[in-house]
Amino acid sequence: MTAYTATVTVRLKRGVLDPEADTTQKTLERLGFELSDLRSADQFEVDLDAESADAAAERADEMAQRLLANPTLHDYDVVVEEQGV
Amino acid sequence: MTVSVVQFGGSNCDRDAVRALDRVGVDAERVWHEDGLPADSEGIVLPGGFSYGDYLRAGAMAAHSPVMDEVRAAAEDGTPVLGVCNGAQIGSESRLTPGAFTTNRSARFQCEDVYLRVENAETPWTDAYDEGDVIELPIAHGEGRFEIDDAAYEQLVDDDRVLFRYCDADGNVTDAANPNGSKGNVAGILGERENVAVLMPHPERAALAELGGSTDGQGVLEGFA
Repeated sequence: MTAYTATVTVRLKRGVLDPEADTTQKTLERLGFELSDLRSADQFEVDLDAESADAAAERADEMAQRLLANPTLHDYDVVVEEQGV
Repeated sequence: MTVSVVQFGGSNCDRDAVRALDRVGVDAERVWHEDGLPADSEGIVLPGGFSYGDYLRAGAMAAHSPVMDEVRAAAEDGTPVLGVCNGAQIGSESRLTPGAFTTNRSARFQCEDVYLRVENAETPWTDAYDEGDVIELPIAHGEGRFEIDDAAYEQLVDDDRVLFRYCDADGNVTDAANPNGSKGNVAGILGERENVAVLMPHPERAALAELGGSTDGQGVLEGFA
C-alpha cells in the first residue's frame, strides 16, 4: 500500500449562480482591484492508502460522487499525488 | 396515525412541528435519528434547523445518516414524508426529491413572510387548498434557492409535481416576489410519488392562531391526517 493525497476540487457548474463569488468580486472591486470574473470552489485534501494511484483516484471519485459534490450543482476533479515525493 | 419528527443534531423546528401537528389532530413524537424510526411510524417529518451546522452543504450530512435509509424505505412503501426547510435540503441531498436547495440569490439569510401560489391542489399536502389559492407562510433560510437542470425542471412541471411557487399577494408569480432566486419561483415540490413532499417555507410556524399570524400552514400538515 502506498500513501497518497487525493485533492478533490468541487466547483459550481457553469451557469449556476454563485452569490458568494459575486459578493466577493464586488468587494474586491470596491478595494480597487480590476478583475473580469471570479469563481469560488471547495477543495478537499484526502490522505489515503491505496494499492495504486488509480485505486486512490477511484476511491476519491466515489467520495466526490456520494458526498463532496452535489451532481445537481457541481462539477469536480480529482488529482492524486503520492505523499512525500 | 403517529408521525415521527426526526431530530438530527442541530434540528430546531422539531418541537414546533409536533405542536402544530397536534393542532390539526395528528399525533406526533420526536425521534432522535440514532434511535431509528419506531415501528409504528405512520408518517415522517424532516424538520427545519441547521443539522450538522450546515457543514459542506445544508442537509448534506444528515442525508447520509442511517435513519435516512429507513426514511427512504418508508417513503417507497407509501408512508407520508414531509421535509421542511432544512428537512427539504436533507430531502434533496438524499435524492428523495429532485434538484437542490442552495445559496440564496441575495447571499443572505432571509427571514420573512412570503406568499405562495398553490400549483397543484390534488395532493395530500395541498388538498386543503384550491389551485391558484394564495397562502402566507414564513421563510427562514440562507440556502433556499431551488436549482435543477432545465430538462429535469420541465419534467417536474409536466408531471405536475410543483406544489407551491413564490408569488405576490395577488398570486402573480414574478421575479420581485421570488425571495431567493429559485428556478421558476419554486418553493415546494413532490418526490416521485405524492406521499413525499419538501418545501422551504415553514407551515408549522403558521399553524397556531394564538401567535397572531397566518394559520395557512395547517393545510400542509393536514397531509398527515
